[in-house]
Amino acid sequence: MFKDKDRYLSVILITPSILAVLIFIYAFIGWSVRVSLSKWKGLTPDYTFVGLKNYLSLFSDPRFHVDIRNTLIFTGVFVLGSIVLGFLMAVMLDQGLKGEGFFRSLFLFPMAISYIVTGVVWRWLMNPATGSRISGLNLLFSYLHLDFLINKWHTTPTWGMAAIALAAIWQMSGYTMALYLAGLRAIPHELREAAQIDGANEIQIYRHIILPLLAPVTLSALIILGHMSLKVFDLIVAVAGKQLPLDVPAIYMWQTTFDGLFYGRGAAIGILLLVSVAVLIIPYIVYTQKTEVQQ
Amino acid sequence: MSKKFLYSLMAALVLTAIVLTACGAPATQAPAATEAPAATEAPAATEAPAATEAPAAKEQVEVFSWWTGGGEAAGLEAMIKVFNAEYPDIEFINAAVAGGAGTNARAVLATRLQAGEPPDSWQGHAGQELIGTYVAGGQIEPLNALYEEEGWLDVMPETLIPLISDSGNIYSVPVNIHRANVLWYNPTILKENNIEVPTTMEEWFAAMDKLTAAGVTPLALGEQWTQMHLLETVLLGSLGAEAYNGLWDGTTDWSGPEVKAALDNYAKILNYTNSDAASLSWQDAAQLVVNGDAAFNVMGDWAEGYFRELGKVPMTDYGWAPVPGSVGVFQFLSDSFTLAVNAPHPEGAKAWLKIAGSKAGQEAFNPVKGSICARTDCDKTLFGEYLQSAMDDWASNVVVGSLTHGVVANDSWKSEIDTALGLFIADKNVETFQAALAAACASSGPCK
Repeated sequence: MFKDKDRYLSVILITPSILAVLIFIYAFIGWSVRVSLSKWKGLTPDYTFVGLKNYLSLFSDPRFHVDIRNTLIFTGVFVLGSIVLGFLMAVMLDQGLKGEGFFRSLFLFPMAISYIVTGVVWRWLMNPATGSRISGLNLLFSYLHLDFLINKWHTTPTWGMAAIALAAIWQMSGYTMALYLAGLRAIPHELREAAQIDGANEIQIYRHIILPLLAPVTLSALIILGHMSLKVFDLIVAVAGKQLPLDVPAIYMWQTTFDGLFYGRGAAIGILLLVSVAVLIIPYIVYTQKTEVQQ
Repeated sequence: MSKKFLYSLMAALVLTAIVLTACGAPATQAPAATEAPAATEAPAATEAPAATEAPAAKEQVEVFSWWTGGGEAAGLEAMIKVFNAEYPDIEFINAAVAGGAGTNARAVLATRLQAGEPPDSWQGHAGQELIGTYVAGGQIEPLNALYEEEGWLDVMPETLIPLISDSGNIYSVPVNIHRANVLWYNPTILKENNIEVPTTMEEWFAAMDKLTAAGVTPLALGEQWTQMHLLETVLLGSLGAEAYNGLWDGTTDWSGPEVKAALDNYAKILNYTNSDAASLSWQDAAQLVVNGDAAFNVMGDWAEGYFRELGKVPMTDYGWAPVPGSVGVFQFLSDSFTLAVNAPHPEGAKAWLKIAGSKAGQEAFNPVKGSICARTDCDKTLFGEYLQSAMDDWASNVVVGSLTHGVVANDSWKSEIDTALGLFIADKNVETFQAALAAACASSGPCK
């Protein structure tokens, strides 16, 4: 049990951050909700209440449909790609090969780079020009006589978003690798040996022993990558600028608020983004806290 | 134990202090001001009155812009020199904010206006971008008296004035003029294919068919805003000046057959463009023409400055003409300066605006920036070959405003058009595009 003094102390210590969080997070969420229910358009604040009008018009807004489609494509490709690639890299590094530390750092380094830098580099790599102006990866493919691989990258209609996800996978698969590697190292060696004695082959060991034991890691990776992809913004702007075929809710929010001065609509998009991330994160937090208490 | 407690308390205090200073960035001046007299009373007492007296002894003017680099900053410096020579008693405060075509500056300006601390005069694109934002917010003064006093109505094109006014009030002083409806072409490619510079839409289509057959990319295009720039010039070229102006005051029907025909033209023109448009900046696209990779490009006349930077020669490496269908029409955009409501130094601001609209001021600014004067009486010998031809057109043509660059539509309307255009580029459906444009005019423009 705490002594009284310790309790005072902990309250004193924690008060500044609680105040800061209350003001800068929750108060502003409340203010955004208020704006999202108002008809504010233009530089002068106008809090006239219009109910859910901003939200309803978003759901019939063709641009918002494009945003949802793009977010789904990006999330699907990015999360799946990072998890599969990260898992494979972790399994390879776990075989105890020489120079493991070197490769581990090599795979992890992209994560240390900002999305803007990644975006600028991949903008050049994924140059969609053809013919005499061909460059980047397309030029490489043409040197290697792999002409069937030459493509329009992020300017591909509908699926262009998947090309952006490639850059994100490059950046974040090292991170999932680190998560999985830690998970693999935590699996007691006795379990594998026991399985081997029972006559299980390598594939069976992974299928029935390793993968189930790694399920919590996969869940963490899913949540972390998933909420990142819902908020993706800087990477897209760095690769392609503000262009509608690669629009996502965050870009729409920015453009409609600060270029178009539709503050009510912008706030509504912000709140929808918050809700979608919360739907993903809150059950996860509740779940992890429960398991921690149990432990 | 108590020592530990003391350390922890100190840590908590330090943390609180950090948080508080982070919150109170604008307020940091206040504590400094109250501390100063306590520490050293005598100097504080003498300093304070000096600070308040200064403006009385020497008039000031604070001018806000995003001219911080290249020819723009050099041009502003040149104009400040003219100002200092004319008004040696007024101190010029250059409050320029750097960054991305004014996006940062506009955010800073919005904050200052909301706090009730406007600069005396600020830069803005002449026309609805200024009017829709700052006149609607009651933040800028009409300048009709100044225009009459300085005789600007006689030296600026008659058709310009309505475009920078709202209900008969003129709200800003244009310093420079750029032209949006310029068709840049590669003279060698046109010669090789026996093509005359097109002056009508039909001739343009015929020329581009010929070029396609010859295996040349007919029209270079870049990212989305350059596509909007192309759209506004094609609307102008297809509708003509009068109907084009009508789009913006509500007299031309956005759902009508004329607009439909213009949008069909636009859809057709997109078929002649390079396939990688979305990944090119305006410079990349313009460069295709001078490098011989494409025959035509539609871009504002700042492209000419870029061609010169590349070391290209006018009429040899690149030629220019009005966009087909818009011969005799000058589609303009302009940087202009305003007078703030409740300006701290109204006299200084008026002095600045007089310089900004004067012959000497504009002749100092424009040759350096690579644009032409808003006045029609500037000395032509100061300018290069292209700009001289633009000056002739500016003085004689019908003047209409640009959409992409803020003259004809307010920010909200423009952003709705931008969304409709982006969706159209993806699905190429002219009917939904036209319906979306009509809806945009109804929601954010003058259409009812």
